[in-house]
Amino acid sequence: MLDASGLRYGVAGQPAVLDDVSLTLDAGEWLGLDGVSGAGKSTLGHLLAGHLTPQAGTVTVDGAPLPRRGLRPVQWLPQSPELAVNPRWRVKQILEEAWTPPDALRDAFGIEPAWMNRFPQALSGGELQRVCVLRALAPGVRYLVADEISSMLDPLTQLALWQGLRRVADERQLGVLVISHDAALLNRLCSRRLTLSDGRLRPPKRYGAPPATAPGQSPASR
Amino acid sequence: MSQPRLSALLSTALAGLLLASALIAAAGLGDTPRQMHFDARLTPPNLDFWFGTDALGRDVAARTLAGLTLSFWVGSLAALFGTLIALGMALTAMLGPRWDALVSLVIDTLLSVPHLLLLLMIAFALGGGTHAVIIAVALSHWPSLARVLRAELLHLRQAPYVQISQALGKSRGFIVRHHWIPQVLPHCLVGALLLFPHAVLHEAALSFLGVGLSAEQPAIGVLLGESMRHVSGGDWWLGVFPGAGLLLMVLCIQRLGETLRRAWAAR
Amino acid sequence: MLQIDDLSLQLPYYASWWRRQWAEVLAGVSLDVRPGEVHAVIGASGAGKSLLAHALMGLLPAPHRQAGHLTFKGQPLTAARQRQLRGRELALIPQSLSALDPLVRSQRQVRWAAQRAGHTAARAPHTANQALAHYQLDERAQQAFPHQLSGGMARRVLTAMAHVSSAQLVIADEPSVGLDPQQRDRVLNALAALAREGKAVLLISHDLRHALPIAQRVTIMRQGRCLETAPAAAFEGDGHALTTRYAQALWRALPDNHFTSPVTQPAPHVA
Repeated sequence: MLDASGLRYGVAGQPAVLDDVSLTLDAGEWLGLDGVSGAGKSTLGHLLAGHLTPQAGTVTVDGAPLPRRGLRPVQWLPQSPELAVNPRWRVKQILEEAWTPPDALRDAFGIEPAWMNRFPQALSGGELQRVCVLRALAPGVRYLVADEISSMLDPLTQLALWQGLRRVADERQLGVLVISHDAALLNRLCSRRLTLSDGRLRPPKRYGAPPATAPGQSPASR
Repeated sequence: MSQPRLSALLSTALAGLLLASALIAAAGLGDTPRQMHFDARLTPPNLDFWFGTDALGRDVAARTLAGLTLSFWVGSLAALFGTLIALGMALTAMLGPRWDALVSLVIDTLLSVPHLLLLLMIAFALGGGTHAVIIAVALSHWPSLARVLRAELLHLRQAPYVQISQALGKSRGFIVRHHWIPQVLPHCLVGALLLFPHAVLHEAALSFLGVGLSAEQPAIGVLLGESMRHVSGGDWWLGVFPGAGLLLMVLCIQRLGETLRRAWAAR
Repeated sequence: MLQIDDLSLQLPYYASWWRRQWAEVLAGVSLDVRPGEVHAVIGASGAGKSLLAHALMGLLPAPHRQAGHLTFKGQPLTAARQRQLRGRELALIPQSLSALDPLVRSQRQVRWAAQRAGHTAARAPHTANQALAHYQLDERAQQAFPHQLSGGMARRVLTAMAHVSSAQLVIADEPSVGLDPQQRDRVLNALAALAREGKAVLLISHDLRHALPIAQRVTIMRQGRCLETAPAAAFEGDGHALTTRYAQALWRALPDNHFTSPVTQPAPHVA
């Protein structure tokens, strides 16, 4: 279980972005996180993955704090894959920085062998995002923080990405924190949802609210 | 082959060829630069001496070539050392906030001293000569490049892919070697390229002031210094040919470096 | 207002160090935009949407091969005419926020846009302030530099700059990227308002779901080709009113709808 308790984070001289934030994520659970821009969702994601050190509070995985060296059991997935890869490395190198994925898994994400020798600029956003997700699935990784990973993707690419991730997460019982603005997406993917506002976590105002349009109704006809 | 690539390739090849031929020719000169022909002093360009002769009857063409070679080596070594020091200091600044403060202090202090003065002091303290010039130029010019590299590294440290690399368990050394340095290399190359002509001109200035290369060594600076005395006498070839040679050499180096930088950055 | 006929575009790329080849990035693109309409162009990244916007504005990088006809207000849109009309009758709201000059405060940038569009130096400040107020950018935002603005506010400044030019055709390139729902709705509503004022708005996006409420017609693009142009109302139910399978698949893949695609089984519904 990924346990974050009493997290506090702020930049010196400014009000804390996060104040006494606690959450738990079980193995195999999909938890949704939303909140207005600037509420600190990304900061929370970075704290959980160990990119930032909180001023107060702890992040533990099964009781143990995040290791200082070695592969961390919590991996962060970015919104913009272009920034999350070294532009001078080839795709093969980018993947192998983490691990050598088996061919079956690579095919499951629709990553073609031809891409291996290419540079990131030669891949589209959706393709690169798939590479980033695959990279984060190294053995030893137990939890994923998906920070708006599909908001820049068109509906079909978005669907393919989540389906691929879902299959792997279910197989390996990975816990996934989905950070997103898309209420409909969170409804589809997550069993639980939290909202971040004013630096604190709250349960959503309307738990499990239906999307703004009922399935099948054209938004244009509203 | 496409037009732009073709012209880039041609001009680079030309630059490389010019430079190589100058260096090779200079190597084959032997004693010619020092040979004095007392019966042919201060002769303008003619069939025997294509660039004319100087006050001691020495062949300006031979001296120019030898001088170019000397300036090339002095300039290259100074630029190389200066760049390496800058990179080293910028990386040191990344070790921690205290180191950063220290390095920034050193940079700011050195930058506040007028750099010609600094150059003179160091060259004088080291007793003049080739080595002194190289070290003096390197030590007085690394701060400005270090500042640029430090800014670049600070930015790089926050890059998502560097953070992810850490999260994947990569060591500091790995990150520096495989993520930081390749990104910063184009800046280093540009810095070195900018430093080269600067170094050559400073060597000229130092030699002119008597603190640099000694008068027997036909460095461009020495040649230009000597030509100053004869300019009013109308002996234009003493300064024009070495000066033009210097200009051409700098242009060739720049062309080569620019192509290298583009090739590296294009990936 | 704008007519695109069979536009195709080729851009160079280097297969190896010296061999230059041409890649076809747009092929046979045909669509039109009417005054008072929001025409959405939807496609995945790499489908060529941004290139279409740049081709219309005449902002493509120098080596390129273009074929086809562009007509604006009945007259052919040549490169010379593009240069003349850019910033005046043709406006682009670019995708990248770095289109804002980082050293200039927002108010001044909008004023410059107004002057470029032809307003006199005396009138420009007034026009600029009107536009800024229209997009609810208060005094603080007006005096801010681009890096001090949030994504949404920066986008609104760019939209204000397009607004003051009183352009007849506004092209918005991915205006809702990186914005939270509130900011996104504000920006999209601003575009809808521009259309209501009689301008022709070409909205380029990957976000089908949020373009539909404000668009009258939608064109789906894939790999540089236009697959289908349909009225926005056709995107309803299971998408049977759409004629191409890709458009139907796109509609059905939305989490609001079925969140499935034809190739795979339906995703397990957890909630």
